[in-house]
Amino acid sequence: MSANPGSNRTPETGAFFQRDRTWHPPALTPGYKSSVLRSPQKALLSFDNTLSEIAGPVFGHAMLGELDADLIHNFARPGESAIGERIIVHGRVLDERGVGVAGVLIEFWQANAGGRYRHKKDGYLAPLDPNFGGCGRTITDERGFYAFRTVKPGPYPWPNGPNDWRPAHIHFSVFGHGFAQRLITQMYFEGDPLIWKCPIVRGIADKAAIEALTAILDTQATIPMDALAYKFDIVLRGRRSSLFENRLEGN
Amino acid sequence: MAQSLDRLRESPSQTAGPYVHIGLTPNFCGISGVYATDLGATMVNDKTKGERIGLKIRVLDGTGTPLKDALIEIWQADADGLYNSPAELRGAADPNFQGWGRCPTDMETGLCDFETIKPGRVPYQDGRLMAPHVSLWIVARGINIGLQTRLYFSDEAQANAQDPILARIEHRVRVPTLIAERQDNTYVFDVHLQGDKETVFFDS
Repeated sequence: MSANPGSNRTPETGAFFQRDRTWHPPALTPGYKSSVLRSPQKALLSFDNTLSEIAGPVFGHAMLGELDADLIHNFARPGESAIGERIIVHGRVLDERGVGVAGVLIEFWQANAGGRYRHKKDGYLAPLDPNFGGCGRTITDERGFYAFRTVKPGPYPWPNGPNDWRPAHIHFSVFGHGFAQRLITQMYFEGDPLIWKCPIVRGIADKAAIEALTAILDTQATIPMDALAYKFDIVLRGRRSSLFENRLEGN
Repeated sequence: MAQSLDRLRESPSQTAGPYVHIGLTPNFCGISGVYATDLGATMVNDKTKGERIGLKIRVLDGTGTPLKDALIEIWQADADGLYNSPAELRGAADPNFQGWGRCPTDMETGLCDFETIKPGRVPYQDGRLMAPHVSLWIVARGINIGLQTRLYFSDEAQANAQDPILARIEHRVRVPTLIAERQDNTYVFDVHLQGDKETVFFDS
């Protein structure tokens, strides 16, 4: 199951930079009603990382199937493909020091081109696409780069306020090298006016933080006569040098 | 003027939403044929060293209702207290134990059932041993940023009493929120998101 994701480099073992919790959405964002009864209210217990947070699982490229990073085809019947705007999503996973993070498992999921999820709890009017499942995954290369192919998801209405719509988005789950880097987020699309109206997005206070979740159209990476491209970089917590960290006896 | 630190900022978290299963446990929600199995569904095999245990975990909202659309990941050391991770420099962990598992809460009962092994003790920064524990990461609709906490074991009272993380909890009445109760070979653990019994969540 496990494998060394990278190379013969000495693994980094420094603690991660503290999280800036004013940059992330707070637990309680009343405009997003589901957060009201699901948000912890007491102070978090803060402490510098121990090995339990610094270490984390690694995943080898061997676990990936041939079509895992191709949502247009990974659920489609042979010879068929998903309906919708064909896009490439690509970018880099970096840490806060600007260092590319290798061997990072990224999982993504999304609605189909009509804004419908393949899930028994989604009853939206828009039809399922028999050739679209909505999930995929990949692992970053030695320099932190990743890419996958999909169709652009549609926006959809959701039960929150009487007339709330989610902007088109793709969900991302990202592993770093330490369990404390674990992150789930969402990617939005440049120019979508629904971004700024969305109660989930608006849980983020800083406009620059919202822009950091908005992928930019990348015409240079577009595949002519095939697929548009969007660039989306992901930043994980950086880490201290372990040069001056306490060393356990025997290390 | 001084130099710039040239740091990037962490990508802001967003909720996993109600359809997290599609991405992380597609077979569980009926999307078959994309991945052979759901990642993290099996943690142990015949050769894994250590005492077999079950963890039965629920996540309860502010009304005491179990969440039925949450997802829990756990991360733990092997039976000897070694992590199966490149950051583990003290030795090679059990090759038959990755130490990481993932489980969606049951859509009817809200229960997460992990089959794993009892972890060994891992040292704190200063070399003191922490009590055996499992790290938890919880995501769901309505949770804007993944919740970090730990599960400790009720039959490790002496180790728990000396644990440096548990020792940092100012309100001692809250320490039991991190301790799972042993019932035969299973530990039962309720995570309370709010209220008098709110679990101690971490910022680490």
